Formats: sequence, structure tokens, C-alpha cells
Amino acid sequence: MLLQQLINGLTLGGVYALIALGYTMVYGILELINFAHGEIYMLGAYLGIIFLGLFTVAGLTAVSLPLALFLTVLLTIIVCSAYGFTMEKVAYKPLRNAPRLSPLISAIGVSIFLQNYVMLTQGATDKVFPQRFGDSGLQFLNVNMTYLQALIIIVSGVLMLSLHLFIQKTRVGKAMRAVAQDKTMAALAGINVNGIISVTFIIGAGLAAVAGIMVASYYGLVNYYIGYIVGIKAFTAAVLGGIGNIPGAMLGGIILGLVESAGAAYISSEYKDAYAFIILIVILLIKPDGILGKNTEEKV
Amino acid sequence: MYILDVRELTKHFGGIRAIEDVSFKIKGGRIVSIIGPNGAGKTTLFNCLTGTTRSTKGSIRFKETEISKLPSHKIAELGIARTFQNIRLFSEMTTIENVMVSQHTRVRYDFLSVITRSGGFKTKERSIKEKAFEYLEFVGIEDYADTQADSLPYGSRRRLEIARALATEAHIILLDEPTAGMNPIETSEVMALIKKIQELGKTIILIEHDMKLVMGVSDRIIVLDHGVKIAEGLPDDVRNNPMVIEAYLGSETNH
Repeated sequence: MLLQQLINGLTLGGVYALIALGYTMVYGILELINFAHGEIYMLGAYLGIIFLGLFTVAGLTAVSLPLALFLTVLLTIIVCSAYGFTMEKVAYKPLRNAPRLSPLISAIGVSIFLQNYVMLTQGATDKVFPQRFGDSGLQFLNVNMTYLQALIIIVSGVLMLSLHLFIQKTRVGKAMRAVAQDKTMAALAGINVNGIISVTFIIGAGLAAVAGIMVASYYGLVNYYIGYIVGIKAFTAAVLGGIGNIPGAMLGGIILGLVESAGAAYISSEYKDAYAFIILIVILLIKPDGILGKNTEEKV
Repeated sequence: MYILDVRELTKHFGGIRAIEDVSFKIKGGRIVSIIGPNGAGKTTLFNCLTGTTRSTKGSIRFKETEISKLPSHKIAELGIARTFQNIRLFSEMTTIENVMVSQHTRVRYDFLSVITRSGGFKTKERSIKEKAFEYLEFVGIEDYADTQADSLPYGSRRRLEIARALATEAHIILLDEPTAGMNPIETSEVMALIKKIQELGKTIILIEHDMKLVMGVSDRIIVLDHGVKIAEGLPDDVRNNPMVIEAYLGSETNH
């Protein structure tokens, strides 16, 4: 039972972590809470359904399901990244030097816009993921891990590790860290700050896109408002780990997933959505900067 | 040949005239000091030269390019780098990473090779690191390569800033009070370092209050006071210029 909840929790936690990374990366660089980030995840879920549906109609899934899924993920990432990139250019870049409240309000506006845009174009009713993966999977120690769960856990893990290596080891990753620490100095070192901000939005949107497809295939149903509650939870995960801190977002997401599935199993599933916020309140009371966050003082 | 040609540069902050009609030319490979009392506009001049602040009017030509309207990263790419009076390091990175960041514009790579972590990408990353280490050796802090930048001793942080500026492969290095807060021994070490940078063929523009250092290393001196250039010339000429003495000590008739 406990092991089963661990697997369910890791599945959920991996998804939260992928979305939380988008919040935390943008916050790290712009000190902006991108409230529209949850909608990118929702768009990812819809686009996954649309692309896979197209491939099904075209007969590609019948020929090779893995190829069809791979192309679906790839196309969804590209389109969602384009949305993320455009969102920053249209809604945040013009407000770069405005008071901090302005981009926040702009973000809420983008969020409302995207929800309604999807509702109008895709309808208000649930959409069904065109492929069922069933409950077959690995049986061990009295637990059942479906192949889809295994895939979600592996994909999340691989993506998080790649992102970590990217940020720590590559030239662009270093530039991202430099921009997060001191934009003026980064520009003087020859870094195109606007370019790096765009890269950040593109990567964050790409990760959210993958999370969206995974959730759509896991639950089978999507709706235009799924981005709201998952977005809030992923944001909670980012705050839990210490907003602006990338390993923190990963850790926060996984903790949140574990707490939620354990709470649903051992206490009551009625309050499934409340556990996330209870743990957030507890952490904020004990360690206001989050688990891995540093004590930050306002810059002078 | 003149590497930098500043003409009628003016910077107003609201009603405050930080720089007013300043013009000067600098020859490549020289060490030029900018001196003047506090509030003379020296740091504002540096900010304009590096694109951190947009000048109100006037032109700045670097080699053949007008740079007064360019963003900072473009100016850095063309070849002007600076250090700050109050040291600005990427404090959450290691010493060597601080220098590696500066090579950002000097290395090209394609996105695919990063994703696949192919051989070409790894070789480039390694060469960036080796080069960064050479810069650390040049300024003499290679022992601290893997130390977090904010835990470096004070003098070494200054040196790291210089290494980071050099690593952009800039032609002109702007040093804003590189010896602030240093004792005489450290100051003379920095003086030697500045000479060593000149030997690389770099042009150095120096803001400095330590007159011994200024007179010792400068090929030419520009004096600013209240945003206006009041003198320019060889160290000996400037030292004996009555207007300079007045700016520093106040005019005798006032007493």
C-alpha cells in the first residue's frame, strides 16, 4: 500500500516538478510570477490530443505508435515553446521596467485570455485522449506500476537531470545564471539579456508541454480549466522548494505529489487538493524561503 | 590610431548635468586616466561608454563604429569591457565560472550539439574552461578557481573582475578605481598588473584617486570637474595645471 502510494505520488510529483520549473526559472530571472504558465501546460495537453488525433486519422498510429507519440511530443513542445516565447514578448517585455505589479496583472490577463481562447476554439466539454494505455504494467511486491506511470517517472527524471546539466554545464546555462544574478553585469559580459529571457520562457514552456501530454494520457480527459489548479499547485511546489531555485522546484514538486497521494490514500481523497496548501502553510511558517531557498534580503 | 573618439558627450539626469560636452580621443594601446573630484562624472562617463546609461547627446566612436546607441551586450561584443568601483561579481558562481561567462560572445556553437552533447560541444566547453584558467593565471588567482566568488578575499575579487573583463577579449578595458580600499603593497601590485595588461596590446582607461598610481602608469590624463573636461595632457602637464589644482584644492581667492 505504501509502495503503491509512493509510485502514484512520484508520477504526480514528476508532473508538478516539470511545471514548477517553469515558474521558478522565470521568477529567478525576472522576479515575475508567470501566472499564465499553467495555461501552457493546458495547451500542451490539448495540442497532444490534437496532434495524436491527426496522426490517428492519418493512419500513423496504426503503423508505429511509438513514432506517432514521439512526433506528437515533439510538435507539442515546439508549438508550446512558441506560445511561451510570444507570451513573454507581448505581455511581459513591454513591462520590463514597469512597477512589479503590472507584469503580474498582465500575467493574469494572459491566463484568462488563453483559457477562453481554448474554450472558444475547442469547446467547453471534456476532450478525450485518443489513445488508451490500459492498466497493464509491472507487478512487484504486491504493487502495480503501469507502463505509463513508469514512463512518466522516467521522462520527468530524465528531463530534470538534463535541465540541471544544461544550467550547470553549458554556456547558455551559465548565461542564464548570470542574468538571474545581475542583468546589467551580464550584459556587460556580452550576454544578450533579452535573448536569455526568451530562452528561459521557451524551455519552461517546453517542459510544461511535456507535462501536459503526460497528464492528458494518464487521466485520459482534459478541459480548458485544468491549467488553473495544476498551475497553482506547481507554483506551490516552486515556493515549497524555494522560488528561483531550480533543484528546489524539482524537490518541491515531488514532495507535493507524494503528500497528495499519501493524503488521498490514508486520510481522505475528498481533501486531495487541500493537502498541497496545508503543507505550503507549514513550510512557510517554519522556513519562509522554502526548503532550498536562501535567506534573501532585498537588494539595496 | 585613435581607438576611441568621444565627441560632445552629454548626459543629463533630470536637471543635473552629469556630463557636459566632453570630447576626447584615445590612441590604441595607451593607458589613459580619468581623474577629478567626487561627482565629476567619471563613473557616468564609463556607464555611457559601456551602454549601461544612454547618453543625452553626443557621439562615441569605437574604431569605426558609433556605439552610443548600442545595447551593452553589443558594445561588449565589439570590444569594450569594464570593472566596477563596488565590485560586481556573479557571487553564486565559482571564480572560474565568472570568467567563463565572459567568453559567451566569443564561442559559437549550434543547439543540436548541446542536446546531443557531441564531441564538438565538449571540446568547445573544455577550451572555454582552459582559456578561463589562463586568465585566472594572468591575474594571479588560479588557486581560487573553484572557490565560490563571494568567499574570495577582497584583493582577489578585484583581480577576478579584471580577469572577467579581459576574458571578453575586449580591446579597451575600463577600470573603475581598481585600487579602492587597498593598501600600498596591493596598490603597487595592481599597478604592475595594469602594465601587464597594456603589454597585451590593450587600451586601458582608468578612473583612480591614487595620484601616485595615476602619475606612475598613465600615458595621458583627462581631468573632469562637475561634468566638464577641464584639462587633458601628459601627467606632468596636468600635475602643474592651475585649473586642476584649483578643482582639487579650491581656488586661493576663496580662502
